[in-house]
Amino acid sequence: MYQYDAIDRQLIDQRVAQFRDQVRRWQAGELTDDEFRPLRLQNGLYIQRHAPMFRIAVPYGMMNSAQLRRLARVARQYDRGYGHFTTRHNLQLNWPKITDVPDILAELAEVGMHAIQTSGNCLRNITTDQFAGVAADEIIDPRPLAEILRQWTTFHPEFAFLPRKFKIAISGTKEDRAVTWFHDIGLHLKVVDGEFGKQIGFTVIVGGGLGRTPIRGQVVREFLPWQHILTYCEAILRVYNRFGRRDNAYKARIKILVQALGIEEFARQVEEEWAHGKDGPATITQAEYDRIAAHFAAPAYEAVGDVELPDEKAFRRWVDRNTHAHKVAGYAAVTLSLKQHGVPPGDITSEQMEAVADLADRYSFGELRISHEQNIILADVRQADLYQVWQQARAAGLATPNIGLLTGIICCPGGDFCDLANAKSIPIANAIQQRFDDLDYLFDIGEIDLNISGCMNACGHHHVGHIGVLGVDKNEAEFYQVTLGGRQGNDAKLGKVIGPSFAAEEMPDVVGKIIAVYLEHRHADERFLDTFDRIGIDPFKNRVYEGRAHGKAKSAEKETA
Amino acid sequence: MSQLIKNQAVAVDAWQKLEIPEGETPETVALPAGDILFPLAVWQARKTEIISGHKRIGLWLEPADRVEDVAGDLDYFIVIAINFPKFVDGRGYSTASLLRQRYAYPGELRAVGDVLHDQLFYMQRVGFDSYALKDGKNAVYAIEAGFSTFGETYQASTRQPHPLFRRRA
Repeated sequence: MYQYDAIDRQLIDQRVAQFRDQVRRWQAGELTDDEFRPLRLQNGLYIQRHAPMFRIAVPYGMMNSAQLRRLARVARQYDRGYGHFTTRHNLQLNWPKITDVPDILAELAEVGMHAIQTSGNCLRNITTDQFAGVAADEIIDPRPLAEILRQWTTFHPEFAFLPRKFKIAISGTKEDRAVTWFHDIGLHLKVVDGEFGKQIGFTVIVGGGLGRTPIRGQVVREFLPWQHILTYCEAILRVYNRFGRRDNAYKARIKILVQALGIEEFARQVEEEWAHGKDGPATITQAEYDRIAAHFAAPAYEAVGDVELPDEKAFRRWVDRNTHAHKVAGYAAVTLSLKQHGVPPGDITSEQMEAVADLADRYSFGELRISHEQNIILADVRQADLYQVWQQARAAGLATPNIGLLTGIICCPGGDFCDLANAKSIPIANAIQQRFDDLDYLFDIGEIDLNISGCMNACGHHHVGHIGVLGVDKNEAEFYQVTLGGRQGNDAKLGKVIGPSFAAEEMPDVVGKIIAVYLEHRHADERFLDTFDRIGIDPFKNRVYEGRAHGKAKSAEKETA
Repeated sequence: MSQLIKNQAVAVDAWQKLEIPEGETPETVALPAGDILFPLAVWQARKTEIISGHKRIGLWLEPADRVEDVAGDLDYFIVIAINFPKFVDGRGYSTASLLRQRYAYPGELRAVGDVLHDQLFYMQRVGFDSYALKDGKNAVYAIEAGFSTFGETYQASTRQPHPLFRRRA
């Protein structure tokens, strides 16, 4: 992975000094709360329900074992011994003291970590595919360009005070695993036949996003040679910075500007702006690409073939769900599940972090990745080592074989922690996990994404869950709205709301009924989504609301009462 | 009264913004003598008059003002002030970048309004060279620490037109 050089290190060290000084001036009353707020947010520091929340960046999800050990230490020393991985390659601490944050940042800087621009109305952390560089279906490794983009976004002087936050995702595989259709900018790496032979570049998608106004992005440029990605992003950002709405925070994302202008007019403005920057000094050189790409060179794989694995049922289940095809024979990518039943999804203790760091050192070249599904990936494990990895992961509570299954829930911290939340999300996830705790049943149900957000900001990506659950506030009580049929990937789309929302205690039953309808209707080899696409939403709706007065029936009831 | 920072020192500020009083319009407002920063609308409405009456002309731009609308006139101005009504409104950074990089404006470029210590480093990078620091803030400390926060920068900008990757050894 990318190793910071003296300049990269100097910058994050100076960031620590800058923030320490800002905290000092804020405490001394030289900075007002309003003046301090954007500064602390751009260092990942929120003031939350119970305590501050501090969000640490894991750029494009890549980390080494020393960094994870440092996170373990920081979580233990400055917090309550655990952290939470988010859907955008960040680790959140829930209980740090504001005045400790400069010291935490200094500890992180020692291992090349930081919290730069993990919040605030600025260019956020770049995200990508957790299997980058090892996926069997990869066209181009997105990580060198992700790092080049990371450097470009870091302390960009023109775009530090945008109308709203700005998120970029990049994918280099056939199957999009980075939710690129729902980012402010989504980038698909591809190879085309150009006039000078094969050419590498991007399809550029713009104006996607979940949140309050979920919109699938649109292609603003079918093909952009990779050398131009910085100048082209500058053009998009400049148009957005100048003309994005600033009168209403809910209408300030670039998706609203793109919708208002129409994609053709937006593209025209970007192209006009880009004409000035194109081929300028920010055009990426081959030398720079090569310098960065060298950091992502393949590790020293051994020449081993695919191996026969032990036949133990529990192990085979884990292999089935928690390993992913690797481009090198004899290797596999392992997903360590942070979705142990009964534990907040995405949470990890300091002890578990240390166990993962040990596993990475022992079996995966000392590196690991974070997925947007809030799990940890050991990307380069020899198949011959899988059994040992499984045993050790299981001992650490990290081997629940539920990746891609109903209980591998994506879930935001919700009302237990977050100030924005309308409702709690973790107890809903845990109640559903408890209801579907039988592994045989879980495997029989098969692949299904259940995503839960505690409010319409959609940190839990509920819109793109096959089953999506959204916490809503109805007369100060917590209710949950259910959507069906959402999905990520190349055919990413938003789920449809099935009807009126439910109380928290109803949710396991609601999910149970949805699953029952699927099981009754499915054809052999049909996944939940296939059955849903074939039979539509009505059978689910009818079952879930069976015997319940709702909609017209409910209002008629009221009138007669 | 803001404190003008220029050339790493607190400077005397002779420039005044022309305020349009209630009931007046850019077309009717009286044009005072002296060093005046004219709002864009006044400049557009009264250009000939301003040129004939003033040797030294300043322009005042609001965040929504389009640089393109004044691009042909830049030779007339010895100072352009870009207003930041709130420091979190970042449009002025693009305005400054465009003035310097696209239209090669060579005169003084001044940040005015909600101008604070912690934005000076970015302002300097996009091409500002004077800063009307908000009243009550510590100008001495801003001069000492606000412009040297980081020793290097990744991106191309007005101040450093070559990105770091073209300068790495």
